[in-house]
Amino acid sequence: MTHEETVTMIVEEMRSLPGAMLPILHAIQDRLGYVPKEAVPIVAKGLNVSRAEVHGVLTYYHHFRQDPPALHMLHICRAESCQAVGGDALAEHAKNALGCDFHGISGDGSFSLEPVYCLGLCASSPAIMLDGEVHARMDSEKLDSLLEEGK
Amino acid sequence: MKVFVPGDSGSLALGAEKVARAVSERGIDPVRNGSRGLYWLEPLLEIETDEGRIAFGPVSEKDVESILELKSAHPLYLGRTEEIRYLKNQERLTFSRIGITDPLSLEDYVSHGGFSGLDKALKMSGQEIVQEVLESGLRGRGGAAFPTGIKWKTVKDAVSERKYVVCNADEGDSGTYSDRMVMEGDPFMLIEGMTIAALAVGASNGYIYVRSEYPHAYSTLVKAIGILDKSGYLGKSVLDSGKPFHLEARRAAGSYVCGEETAMLESIEGKRGIVRAKPPLPAISGLFGMPTAINNVISFSSVPFILSNGAQAYKDYGMGRSRGTLPIQLAGNIKRGGLIEKAFGITLNELIFEYGGGTASNRPVKAAQVGGPLGAYIPPSLFDTPLDYEAFVKIGGTLGHGGIVVFDDTADMMKQARYAMEFCAIESCGKCTPCRIGSTRGMEVIDRMKQGEKMEGLLRDLCETMLSGSLCAMGGMTPYPVLSALDHFPEDFV
Ligand SMILES: Cc1cc2nc3c(=O)[nH]c(=O)nc-3n(C[C@H](O)[C@H](O)[C@H](O)COP(=O)(O)O)c2cc1C
Ligand code: SF4
Ligand code: FES
Repeated sequence: MTHEETVTMIVEEMRSLPGAMLPILHAIQDRLGYVPKEAVPIVAKGLNVSRAEVHGVLTYYHHFRQDPPALHMLHICRAESCQAVGGDALAEHAKNALGCDFHGISGDGSFSLEPVYCLGLCASSPAIMLDGEVHARMDSEKLDSLLEEGK
Repeated sequence: MKVFVPGDSGSLALGAEKVARAVSERGIDPVRNGSRGLYWLEPLLEIETDEGRIAFGPVSEKDVESILELKSAHPLYLGRTEEIRYLKNQERLTFSRIGITDPLSLEDYVSHGGFSGLDKALKMSGQEIVQEVLESGLRGRGGAAFPTGIKWKTVKDAVSERKYVVCNADEGDSGTYSDRMVMEGDPFMLIEGMTIAALAVGASNGYIYVRSEYPHAYSTLVKAIGILDKSGYLGKSVLDSGKPFHLEARRAAGSYVCGEETAMLESIEGKRGIVRAKPPLPAISGLFGMPTAINNVISFSSVPFILSNGAQAYKDYGMGRSRGTLPIQLAGNIKRGGLIEKAFGITLNELIFEYGGGTASNRPVKAAQVGGPLGAYIPPSLFDTPLDYEAFVKIGGTLGHGGIVVFDDTADMMKQARYAMEFCAIESCGKCTPCRIGSTRGMEVIDRMKQGEKMEGLLRDLCETMLSGSLCAMGGMTPYPVLSALDHFPEDFV
């Protein structure tokens, strides 16, 4: 199925929901890993709003991506509880290990690195999420072995 | 043998899945309960015995075989779960089932007192339900502490063909996780509370707006709603009462300001999460322009107890105008991080040192940030402050959603102040200048102070402008962490 077909199918299925915009964008990203450019006019038409409106929503929310992610997605918590127990050092370590900054893709192309502001795991900070799985009481060594498994 | 291994994300993050698998491999299907909230002991494995449940923790998969064999002779044996001091001294009115039951077992829920509040509510008028909640003294647990009963009365009295109940499950405050524990550990309780609210105000439809950072909570809620739809608790006619309540969980998309109630409504409607000017109040004109009762997860979840046991039973806990209990969350650099539900009035000293055991790093405590990223940094000299909404306002702080993040003496308060400004700059919805521009200026000013420039006056002026010129608490309270850092830790700014 092309991206256009996938998006059209999702829009058809969900457009009658009240406030369908976010559920549709989520469904697209769940399926494709990001919301491609081609999706914008299809969503706009389906919801009877302007392309600018869809684009505005898409870019407003941190969660939505407009570019394809790497195979693996690493979220590192940057918020206060994790800061209090070495979260900054962990983030620096991740950047060095992956050879990229936040919002970037690792040198070998296998990891996307994203910040997240609290995962609700603050009793066991620092915390990360790798491909939707959560890990707490993290340190550089544990992170390295998780990244190694991912490669 | 009945064995329990938590399945909430807090435990999964510490390896509970591997522990559960190790139990299964030995021919026992473990119950995947929520967490008791003793996170320094997670994964906590429990075994049911004639004397009650006994606990082991923190357990890794390699311990499982010997635990099942040796039981109380095992080195990780903690005794009877209920007798663990941290848990024993709590007042768990809202968290009474969490960690005990299977979150998605309707049978467990009902046999542990679930739906007794709804049963009562079904025999009452909307006015009577509102009155009960009003008398309990319950105030919103999402941060603003507005009396829940008054809000419900406004929605009830509004005349409209359609009304909504919306649960704010955005839980954006760092250092907080009580909403998550409820959604993952006792979702039926939240839904029961929302259903009671719907009966009270006359709403037929509801939404739970769940942050996208909580995929586990979202999927548990979707399952829970499905179960209750099928068994007649939700849908066209709640328990054959003739009153409809259709409920749906919606995913947020990673914007902190969408926790602000009007930004949340915009987001559910499918727009950018920009804060609306008030009035109109959402209680009069909320979701899709209809009267809407918006509450936090813990506010709704407190209601079944109140209906079931009566307003007085709830009101008997607490101090001053802060009635009932607060699920407090210990976080950051803390030896025993976890959930403590206690009546208002307990002090930070008791929480951080007696429950929490001080810092995990074994270094002196320097500060605690209470109430999330918009909360003040409080020095140990003020740790005798009781947890009470008014007492916290008096010391220039806020209780917020009840999160306490502890820092040791290596923390740099200038860095924390800069982060507060940075977070505001990242998350500002952009509607007001003091918030949008002021936060970026704030970062720059602090950067220059770091270079040795004397700019405290300018930073304070900037905070003043944000305090007075912001539409919502994002810009209006970002000065709290900044000013408290300046006031209590001036030595970090030279
Ligand atoms: C920037 C900002 C973020 C907020 N985030 C949340 C949140 O994540 N969860 C929440 O329940 N309330 C949050 N609130 C408070 C809500 O606006 C609102 O007061 C609350 O949901 C009402 O429910 P309650 O009365 O039960 O507390 C936030 C407010 C602001 C200004
Ligand atoms: S204070 Fe900030 S977040 Fe709140 S409405 Fe104004 S710009 Fe938006
Ligand atoms: S602050 Fe990092 S998990 Fe909450």
